[in-house]
Amino acid sequence: MALSPDQALTFMALNRFGLGAKPETDLAGIASDPRGFLKQELDRKSEILNEPGLMDTKSALQALFEQKRVEKMMRDQMPATKDQPAASMASAPQAIINAGQNAMQPAPGMAVNDMAAKDMKPLKVQRDANLNESMARFLHAYAATTGFAERLVWFWSNHFCVSTAKGQEIEMTAGSFEREAIRPHIVGSFGSMLKAVEQHPAMLYFLDNQQSIGPNSKAGQRRGKGLNENLAREIMELHSLGVGSGYTQADVTSLARIITGWTFVGQNGKDGEPGTSFFNANFHEPGDHKLLGKVYPQNGVAQGEAALDDLATNPATAKHIAFKLARHFVSDVPPPALVDRLTQTFMKTAGDLKAVTQALIDSDEAWAAPPAKLKNPQEFLLSSLRALDFEPDDPKPLLNALNNMGEPLWRPSGPNGFGDTSDVWGSPEGIKVRLEVASVMAHKTKSQTNPNDLVVQIIGPVASAETKQAVARAESKPQALALLLMSPEFQRR
Amino acid sequence: MKLYCETPSLSRRQMLAFGGSLIASSFIPKFARAADGRDPRFIAIILRGAMDGLSAVAPTGDPDYASLHGDLALQLSGTNPGLALDSFFTLNPAMSNFSRLYKSGQAAVVHATATAYRDRSHFDGQDVLESGYAGAGQTPSGWLNRAIAALPAGQKVTQKSSLAVGATAPLIMRGPAPILGWAPEALPEAGDDLNRRLLDLYQHTDLKLADALSRGLDAARMAKGDGMANGKLAGGMDSAPGMRQAAQGAARLMSADDGPRIAAMAFEGWDTHQNEGGATGRLFNLLTGLDGALADLESGLGAAWSQTAVVVMTEFGRTANINGTEGTDHGTGTVAFLAGGAIKGGRVIADWPGLKQAQLYQARDLNPTTDLRALLKGLLSDHLGLGAATLGKDVFPDSDGVKPMQGLIAA
Repeated sequence: MALSPDQALTFMALNRFGLGAKPETDLAGIASDPRGFLKQELDRKSEILNEPGLMDTKSALQALFEQKRVEKMMRDQMPATKDQPAASMASAPQAIINAGQNAMQPAPGMAVNDMAAKDMKPLKVQRDANLNESMARFLHAYAATTGFAERLVWFWSNHFCVSTAKGQEIEMTAGSFEREAIRPHIVGSFGSMLKAVEQHPAMLYFLDNQQSIGPNSKAGQRRGKGLNENLAREIMELHSLGVGSGYTQADVTSLARIITGWTFVGQNGKDGEPGTSFFNANFHEPGDHKLLGKVYPQNGVAQGEAALDDLATNPATAKHIAFKLARHFVSDVPPPALVDRLTQTFMKTAGDLKAVTQALIDSDEAWAAPPAKLKNPQEFLLSSLRALDFEPDDPKPLLNALNNMGEPLWRPSGPNGFGDTSDVWGSPEGIKVRLEVASVMAHKTKSQTNPNDLVVQIIGPVASAETKQAVARAESKPQALALLLMSPEFQRR
Repeated sequence: MKLYCETPSLSRRQMLAFGGSLIASSFIPKFARAADGRDPRFIAIILRGAMDGLSAVAPTGDPDYASLHGDLALQLSGTNPGLALDSFFTLNPAMSNFSRLYKSGQAAVVHATATAYRDRSHFDGQDVLESGYAGAGQTPSGWLNRAIAALPAGQKVTQKSSLAVGATAPLIMRGPAPILGWAPEALPEAGDDLNRRLLDLYQHTDLKLADALSRGLDAARMAKGDGMANGKLAGGMDSAPGMRQAAQGAARLMSADDGPRIAAMAFEGWDTHQNEGGATGRLFNLLTGLDGALADLESGLGAAWSQTAVVVMTEFGRTANINGTEGTDHGTGTVAFLAGGAIKGGRVIADWPGLKQAQLYQARDLNPTTDLRALLKGLLSDHLGLGAATLGKDVFPDSDGVKPMQGLIAA
């Protein structure tokens, strides 16, 4: 069958840039203007996620602080005895959490956590928050029209990743961090996103900036403590300029000095509302500081914001972001002409991410590269659920699936995030586990659609004769659906 | 040639020699038992993929069988001889437990049977088999669930829950009646057959993925070793350990006083297009699993086995001829197995259509002469007490013309 250009572009729009077709996806509508269809999703604020019942970072951290306070109180007052180790621990934190839950209305379809009922262990607020945030995120991606905005969110969330492996504070706030610091900016300016991220409690905690003290600051003088360069280094190496782009160790140290005092209010609340970002002048290294040859005069928090503004529009940052975007959406080895064009757009618009994203969509290269890139586990999982008309009602199996496939949600092993090339995900174990996940979904879906019809809807324009035959000859519906999900046409984008 | 094969192998006297509960119930007319201590169990096993009935229960007495089924044909002599059921039919040697049950009057075979479905799509065929409708895509509920919903209230069978074995309920068990689900922990859903099919697809379309998958599967095989050991990871539902694990779990639950009385499970992997094997090989291995599962149900149900009826069915049969890859393609007529203490067994029930070219359905498949719904209606009527009107309207819609098969349950 000859492939009409419209059909090929429709498939590309949905899979390279989105989260795949759903049974009800209007393929003809997309075919009439694939590029326009993607751009429309950027105009609809579909990247914003504000379900009632999701806590903002401030409330989240306050709930965690309260849980810690009560746990400590219980430990201090009622040391666990041999006879009654857990009983006394269980009740009080539970009461706190119940109080916290009353304050928030669970969103429709949100998981009801049954842990407490099941084994009478105290329900940890951070686990509850993480499950609610995960569920809201899964449902948002599941319901998206094309999923393009969501894919951008995931891209930026991985670029500016935090990891729950760091501790309860991140487990508690990884979701709100994404909703507060990433989502509002994916079609805004890169500089705004950079500043929102680097001043967010989750990132400050993740990369230890709340511990970084200017040696000559009041606190530094008093306590004899000093800089922690962790956040400053990653801002330059990972978040903006990119490794090997010409900055020096002196620049890293200087940026670390510049952002000393960027922290958040702790449990005691003496500096403001617990859980909110604030600039601690007592930690800040006084004086003018030179970064990449430019002097930033002493100016409180504005000193660091000025430095981030310049980093955000640095040509090295433009190139770094352009390369990562093109690599993510188009090819493990992105066409240099495309990277150049995105870099130019970034520079011309001072990091207007809407313009850069539109330039990606408008380019010919982004559509011409063959679909060789293996979906990452998140893309695979959500595009599968969408294809199977399988609306999630419990985040736990999905989180387990992501764990097993090697992309645990909000839990990369380091600040560089998850890898973004096919070889990361195409390992023997990775593909084998992917097949198991596909098989489970294929068994669990209540989709009534004939698998042969689903092939047409989901991978129709590119489905090979072999794949069609394998699906048609499968011995059962679940087997047919698993083969569809595992077919190269569905796996690669 | 028409040959009616019904060969009871046990006399009434021999049957009475069995356990006390069987004797006690044997003398009471079945319709009078609804309100008494009778407590029947019913188990439906679906074989997904279309089982080759001519290799499972071979018509070795039919002069055309051996030439049609070629290398796959069962024989009564030589290495791996089949197990004679009577002078005409021979059971696959994989099924020694079934043979034992058959000889003791607790198992029967229905041959040359099929649902109302006459095309050859697995999906639609299974939909018809499990929905109980005459065509595919009519309803999201299954006939067994609707039968449960229609059972008269007050009996033990309705007071107890019903069980769907596996990570999800098969269609046959979906519907208005509430059901219980159970699956072995960490049941691996991707069975060997799916692995093989995907690997084959990759080898034709994506060599990188083929390499990754094959190495991933090798590693998993090595790691698994003897999977039964930890009691967790027995195998997929297309493997003997997986089938037996499912049966053992179901039997354990159903043997309990307050356990479920009705259950359904599905075994996979019966789509034997290549290297089907006959007296050994792939189909043999699958039948070994099924046979072991039946033995596990028998031993696991204990005393309850005497009031148990198990029906094993598949969406359709396979071609009478062997294809070019030492297998068989999608066909029509096939066999259904019955087992359990409640079954009036020891016989093959068949209105044998013959295997000459003109006698085959569309000149390729075993011609179905028994509507599977007649068998199922007979079981639901005599074992569970469902009335003809309900069976013809709610359970198997538009099937009034299909009369319930009489005498399947030991009275």
